[in-house]
Amino acid sequence: MTFEIPDMLPAAPEIFLLAAACTVLVADVFLPERYRILTYHLSQISLVITAILCLALFPETPQVSFNGSFVSDAMGTVLKVFILLATYFVFFYSKVYLRARELFKGEYFVLGLFAVLGMMVMVSAGSLLTVYLGLELLSLSLYAMVAMDRESPTASEAAMKYFVLGALASGMLLYGMSMIYGSTGTLELAAIREHIAGLESRNLIIVLGLVFVVVGIAFKLGAVPFHMWVPDVYEGAATSVTLFIGSAPKIAAFGMLMRLLVDGLPGMHGDWIGMLVILSVLSMGVGNIIAIAQANLKRMLAYSTIAHVGFLFLGIVAGTPAGYSASMFYIIVYAFMSMGGFAMIVLLGRSGFEADRIEDFRGLNDRNPWYAFLMLILMLSMAGVPPFLGFWAKWSVLREVVAAGMTWLAVVAVIFSIIGLFYYLRVIRMMYFEKAEQPAPVAAGADMRIMVSANALVILALGIYPSGLLALCVSALGG
Amino acid sequence: MQDLPLLSLVIWVPILGGIWVLASSTSSSAPAARKIALAVSLATFVISLPLWGLFDTSTHAMQFQERSLWIEAFRIYYHLGVDGISMPLIILTTFTTVLVVLAGWEVIKDKPAQYMASFLILEGLMIGAFSALDAMLFYVFWEALLIPMFVIIGVWGGPQRIYATVKFFLYTFFGSVFMLVALIYLYIQADSFSILAMHDVPLGLHAQILIFFAFLVAFAVKVPMWPVHTWLPDAHVEAPTGGSVILAAIMLKLGAYGFLRFSLPITPDASHALDWLMIALSLIAIVYIGFVALVQPDMKKLIAYSSIAHMGFATLGFFIAFRILADGDATGAILGIEGGIVQLISHGFISGALFLCVGVMYDRMHSRMIADYGGVVNRMPVFAAFMMLFALANSGLPGTSGFVGEFMVILSSFKTSFWIAFLAATTLVLGAAYSLWMYKRVIYGSVANDKVAALDDIDKRETVILGSLAAAVLLLGVWPAPLLEVMGATVEHLVVQITATKL
Repeated sequence: MTFEIPDMLPAAPEIFLLAAACTVLVADVFLPERYRILTYHLSQISLVITAILCLALFPETPQVSFNGSFVSDAMGTVLKVFILLATYFVFFYSKVYLRARELFKGEYFVLGLFAVLGMMVMVSAGSLLTVYLGLELLSLSLYAMVAMDRESPTASEAAMKYFVLGALASGMLLYGMSMIYGSTGTLELAAIREHIAGLESRNLIIVLGLVFVVVGIAFKLGAVPFHMWVPDVYEGAATSVTLFIGSAPKIAAFGMLMRLLVDGLPGMHGDWIGMLVILSVLSMGVGNIIAIAQANLKRMLAYSTIAHVGFLFLGIVAGTPAGYSASMFYIIVYAFMSMGGFAMIVLLGRSGFEADRIEDFRGLNDRNPWYAFLMLILMLSMAGVPPFLGFWAKWSVLREVVAAGMTWLAVVAVIFSIIGLFYYLRVIRMMYFEKAEQPAPVAAGADMRIMVSANALVILALGIYPSGLLALCVSALGG
Repeated sequence: MQDLPLLSLVIWVPILGGIWVLASSTSSSAPAARKIALAVSLATFVISLPLWGLFDTSTHAMQFQERSLWIEAFRIYYHLGVDGISMPLIILTTFTTVLVVLAGWEVIKDKPAQYMASFLILEGLMIGAFSALDAMLFYVFWEALLIPMFVIIGVWGGPQRIYATVKFFLYTFFGSVFMLVALIYLYIQADSFSILAMHDVPLGLHAQILIFFAFLVAFAVKVPMWPVHTWLPDAHVEAPTGGSVILAAIMLKLGAYGFLRFSLPITPDASHALDWLMIALSLIAIVYIGFVALVQPDMKKLIAYSSIAHMGFATLGFFIAFRILADGDATGAILGIEGGIVQLISHGFISGALFLCVGVMYDRMHSRMIADYGGVVNRMPVFAAFMMLFALANSGLPGTSGFVGEFMVILSSFKTSFWIAFLAATTLVLGAAYSLWMYKRVIYGSVANDKVAALDDIDKRETVILGSLAAAVLLLGVWPAPLLEVMGATVEHLVVQITATKL
């Protein structure tokens, strides 16, 4: 069997995670209710070991296996480690949230692990089929997670919307892939790239396929005009699930975008750049402007996600390795900011009370100055005010856009970020300048407090010294 | 002493001190927070003094430089240094912060620790902006300092504070993001974020004009220049006394400093091509805003408008230099720019002092309306004497610091155009009119009402604050030579820079 080892080794983290997820699933069935917490611990350990495996097998040069369907390279590994790290935080926050609401079930973690597996496959995809496989594993797990709170009508509605629209988007993606396959005769991304490079004139079928692929990607990331599901799902799902949807899967979706467009279709560069510019400007505009009108924080953060996706596209539009690494930096930073924001909702809420209206943050500075400060960091970081990490994320994509000679796009982006600042300030205003109606102090467990503090302080600390993370993203893309 | 990282110390001592004050608030009561804050601000002031003492006035080169790599991937450096323009502004900052901490001593009852901490952190960030020599470092400080000010106005301000502080934040953020795009563009041209390298990068006129406007939006909002000044009266009126003092005395100077550090040397040809616009905007600020100040019923608003008019003098001094240079008169240009800088420092003292005076009365009467006062001199003679000095200085009386800068700018304006000088000189009339008319209505006359009759004169703490400012105003008024000497070499070099074309 030794001849198969080189084939399997690059995928060892995925294989381990698959085995671990199945083990957790089986173990959970046999655990009595009072030991349910073990499911959580097992899941967390699985994530940690998978991350260690990823790092241990860090590929110096890109490794291809499974007949070209699976690629393990620096970008993929860095993204995977951050996906695992984000999920670790998410599981932690979810544990607190679900326990307080008697929703603490093993299925949440099992589905979460399968979703992570899907994300990892997607990020490491070497062929169209692997992309689709990973995406579906991720999406189906997420649909089920959204629907998990059976008692809640909004959650069921959100799950339904998410499922129907998600299926439509998957269909679009698949249709686009089939056209590309039909024209190039291969599913392998590397082969598609070579085929397109060898073309003498533009092949319209591939362009049509590209359009559908971009639509699929835009849907998964939630870019305008394919954003309709985002606010409803964010608001309707339980906060623990929103937390998950808003963080790790965004990193994975970025990985998918890189694999499909940059690895597979760089020859169509001129075509997809134009599409991304339109998506980007629309997303920044619609996201930032509609967010102003939201009274629900989860909805507001949903529109802010849409706006952030617009920014994310800017780096890719630049079309250089430096631009891709700027976008990668952006999405990683965004995942952690968004997680922190939703974690604050978990932190302030308790059983029977969701702190998901902006109104619920009223006078937080009087009730607990430390939490108000953490939220201040998170909000200003999202708005892109220095010295927080979010500023460097915006800065690095803007820099690449200007370097690519599209200064006008950078100007459009900064104008929308001014509009964006307004609604982030609204939250801060509520916390600091309004008097609390019920001056009840915030009750939260010490572990939760430490995790949220760590999450926000990392954003501050990395904002003051972002050198390491920036360098990591640059080197991951060989820039 | 030269080996000590003095600039880093004056930046980080107050910031870390502010965090210390915040941390102390949970364990002990308000007096401890105040004492720590005072100790930290005094320590910062003392640390900043060697910057003046050891300053080499013979060179325009950056002094007290510190440089270490900050963000390797993009070659962004933690690069600090001061020249004759920024060093006096740093001393002004450390000096004013001590007074502001003292001024908030007994007055701030609500969350005193957070109040003091905000001012200390703000102090460090402002000094950072004045001393940064790396464009990104500058931008980070420039933007970060909005956060403590936003909190100061919003938490401890007046009834309309939320509107005022959000307006303040959005206006200034609006200005700065365009500067960010311009800085990134310059980075790509100069292949470095060093501000000094940006000074030397050749640029076409079209690019220069676009960059000039990007900078103009950022700095004009901060200065503020007409017509983007409207945030200032709102912010000043609603801010607590300390906030108004810092805003007027230092934050407005950041805008003017930006012109000197970025606009003039980086885009000399655009500045020259558009000097008519800048001179016109400055004159509008001086004349029109002077009239607006005249009719204000609210003392703080009146001083806020007077600040806009006085800052108009500074920008006039900077840009009139291009007109004078066109005639080949370098000495006249130096006179104009130096006059503008003296005006900055002097306005820092005078406007700070006037806001503190209003604060002294507001603490006792809880009103800023001129109509609520009258005959204050009968109850507060010592205070009335101090305020008299500051009102006269505000109207540019010879012998006070207000006269020096205005006189230098008017003198240099005469070299190029009688009418510019004439319009600028109207400020001597208008300034006297609004300052002294307000003074007359508030201080003189018979005791207006029972509340005024119950006033007590200023206590020791207030005497120390106003006394030290009075000393500064008079000293700078009769003996401005040391200040002029400090900035001399730097301004000469600046004039050389703006004379050389970059095309």
